[in-house]
Amino acid sequence: MNQAAFLAALRKIFPEHRLLTTPAALAAYESDGLTAFQARPLAVVIPETQGEVIQAVKACYQFGVPFVARGSGTSLSGGALPVKEGIVLALNRLNRILKLDPQQRIAVVEPGVVNIEITKAAAPYGLLYAPDPSSQPICTIGGNVAFNSGGAHCLKYGMTSNHVLGLKVVLPDGELAELGSDSLESVDADYVGLFGGSEGLFGIALEITVRLLPKPETYRTLLAAYRSLEAAGDAVSSVIASGLLPGALEIMDNLSIQAAEAAVKPGYPLDAAALLIVELEGERAQVEAEWARLKEVIDASQPYLVKIARDDEERMRIWKGRKSAFSAVGRLSPDYIVQDGVVPRRRLGEALAEIEKLSAKWGIRVANVFHAGDGNLHPLIMFDGREPGALQRAEGLASEIIDLCIQLGGSITGEHGVGIEKRQYMPRQFSKTDMDAMWALRKAIDPLELANRGKVFPGSEAPALHQVGAHPLERAGVISRE
Amino acid sequence: MSTDLVDELRATIKSSTCVRPRGATTKLRAPANGCTTLDMRRLAGVVDYQPTEFIITAWAGTPVAEVQGLLAEHGQYLPFDPLLTERGATLGGTVAANACGPERYRYGGVRDFIIGARFIDGNGNLIHGGGKVVKNAAGFDYPKLMVGSLGRLGALVEVTFKVFPKPEAYATLRVDCPSLGAALALLPKLTNCPYDLNAIDLVIGAANEVAIFVRVGGLAASLSQRMDRVRSLCGGGEIVTGDAEAQLWRDAREFAWVAKGVPVVKVPLTPSRIPALDARVPLARRRYSVGGNVAWIATSALDELDATLSSLDLAGLILLSAPDDPRIGRRTSHPFAERVIRALDPQNKFGQATPRSPRVNSPADATRDSR
Repeated sequence: MNQAAFLAALRKIFPEHRLLTTPAALAAYESDGLTAFQARPLAVVIPETQGEVIQAVKACYQFGVPFVARGSGTSLSGGALPVKEGIVLALNRLNRILKLDPQQRIAVVEPGVVNIEITKAAAPYGLLYAPDPSSQPICTIGGNVAFNSGGAHCLKYGMTSNHVLGLKVVLPDGELAELGSDSLESVDADYVGLFGGSEGLFGIALEITVRLLPKPETYRTLLAAYRSLEAAGDAVSSVIASGLLPGALEIMDNLSIQAAEAAVKPGYPLDAAALLIVELEGERAQVEAEWARLKEVIDASQPYLVKIARDDEERMRIWKGRKSAFSAVGRLSPDYIVQDGVVPRRRLGEALAEIEKLSAKWGIRVANVFHAGDGNLHPLIMFDGREPGALQRAEGLASEIIDLCIQLGGSITGEHGVGIEKRQYMPRQFSKTDMDAMWALRKAIDPLELANRGKVFPGSEAPALHQVGAHPLERAGVISRE
Repeated sequence: MSTDLVDELRATIKSSTCVRPRGATTKLRAPANGCTTLDMRRLAGVVDYQPTEFIITAWAGTPVAEVQGLLAEHGQYLPFDPLLTERGATLGGTVAANACGPERYRYGGVRDFIIGARFIDGNGNLIHGGGKVVKNAAGFDYPKLMVGSLGRLGALVEVTFKVFPKPEAYATLRVDCPSLGAALALLPKLTNCPYDLNAIDLVIGAANEVAIFVRVGGLAASLSQRMDRVRSLCGGGEIVTGDAEAQLWRDAREFAWVAKGVPVVKVPLTPSRIPALDARVPLARRRYSVGGNVAWIATSALDELDATLSSLDLAGLILLSAPDDPRIGRRTSHPFAERVIRALDPQNKFGQATPRSPRVNSPADATRDSR
């Protein structure tokens, strides 16, 4: 690649202040939410129009330069990690809501629109955009689409892909494609569904048509405290078996409770081994009838304490505690790794018992917060990065937890994506034939492997990384990151 | 046993130049001209069902009705409301044709409930995508890709669905409207209200009379109170319950409102496009389902409809009593689709194009298709 010629081509597209090449300017883009991995790109471009994105992609294709599209950089799996020698397209300025049609209940947005901005724009019409990852106030919709992001409401409402009806995309060679439409229905293969969750490997979404839902009329939220994690897990099974479909069903363990309480004082019982949060939502009369049933089910599960949110303020306090759990763990430990494996719901108890054993084996504290209704675990593996070998041990434990999820019939990722973090585990979940087919698809769409190179597939070319040191698991061939 | 069958199908695909997966032929007919038919009905049976997981896995040739029966024993259902189940529709055909009914309005269509799939591609490889957990972000989303693929991208072997608890009781409000315009004015009031509505269909009758049907499901205890509110929102209407109510929606799903042998065309749209389309098909029986997101048009005048849809930039699919090529109206083709097809079926085994036949159904077709 002729770097100088390529940069000259970029200069024709972008004014100086939107083409970053100095080390100081590039520093902010060297990593995403997974800070253990860092790579400095050749350049960062900041497009303001779809045309500029297309031109930049075409230039990349012409010169064979890999590119990474990025929004707010909240990926927890290294999905927005740059490629050394490649460029980053920072899409935050493509943040226009192009259309909001309350009658048809759709919005057409650019990829840099922050998730919560869609709900804010829809709110005056009594509508909302349902997918709500925890990073909702900052993450962008383009990243949500690329990673098929989740959140607390996936059991009832599904993931991001379920809310995307149409896409205008630029393929890795600069060709444009319109996928899907603005209707809930279609008569073609679901190419929108395939593009969603492909982690940027199929190109860049320039326009995203999402469906909007009416805001639920009412919510009823309760918090039940148990003496054991198993009892809380059993309560989840009972709720499901009762025929109820809660909007959210979450569990926090004692460490998470303590962290949340220390951080935002939601009034959680500090001695609980596990807290279960159940929220019903929908039409008032229906929710009232469901509520009566839910209380019976919860009483039968023998919690030692039940708190019911009497008003919106109390409800928000319960949720504030839950949503702050990740950051609150920072008070207990200087560093932590968040995993997001999934297990079948009936095996949650088994998974938690096993994680406890692994925690003891490695001598590392693990806090557990999870979307219990989905079987989506979020073990927070705590370590002190200043301590020699601590990160490596934490990653060793994380690796065993991922293996555990696969063994129990689950998945290596529920909502964070594979990225660079979990690509070496893909062959453990998928057969060689499956992996070969995925690779064939990748190559058919992007023969030069320019779009988000190095992600999802193990062993593919990866960015050079600034690591904290030699990794024993890498030396042992257990993990790889090149 | 089924594994042997899968191997047999793989071998057939490898050794054939042209193959056509076929289920119960309730919907699209698999043309036989020179292609090897893959009879998927032999791959039948439920593989895994754990009611507390909200998940069911079954072979693709399993009749949907069988799955629905099993789910119902545990108070669960497929919320996307599959079509033509009483005529024997299979799971694989339902996915490949993306055949969802009116109630897909509430929680979503096939794409929203399919979470895992195994299929044989054009290379004869058995590929698995997704998984058996309700939340999964690993790997490319092949299960969704199969929705609406019409057997063009592979032969579905096994599918896994997320399921939900079935509403304990249902009631439907029927609102007769003086005109289509009046009905279309009522529609957004319903689609944007915070009431949990299971289905909203706008039906044009044989004499062009217009009615809106609103289905509500949930706990029996709260249903009449909820129905009163819907009626109040609509400014009146007749509440239908019990067997008559169930029959209303069964007729919609089974296309009982369509005369025998008349083709039925599915047209995805948005409510705002209904007036322009409706004005062009005054002689056809039609039903605007899913809150105005799908038009079902029953007509034998397919060439005319083809031209009409093309001029309105709408795409359609002849779902019932289809000629060899079921596509109608705007044909979509884009480089993304072309590349996906190239990867999954490089030798074009699933896509051997049949010559486009004239859009006229012979009486023989009508008899055969209406079975």
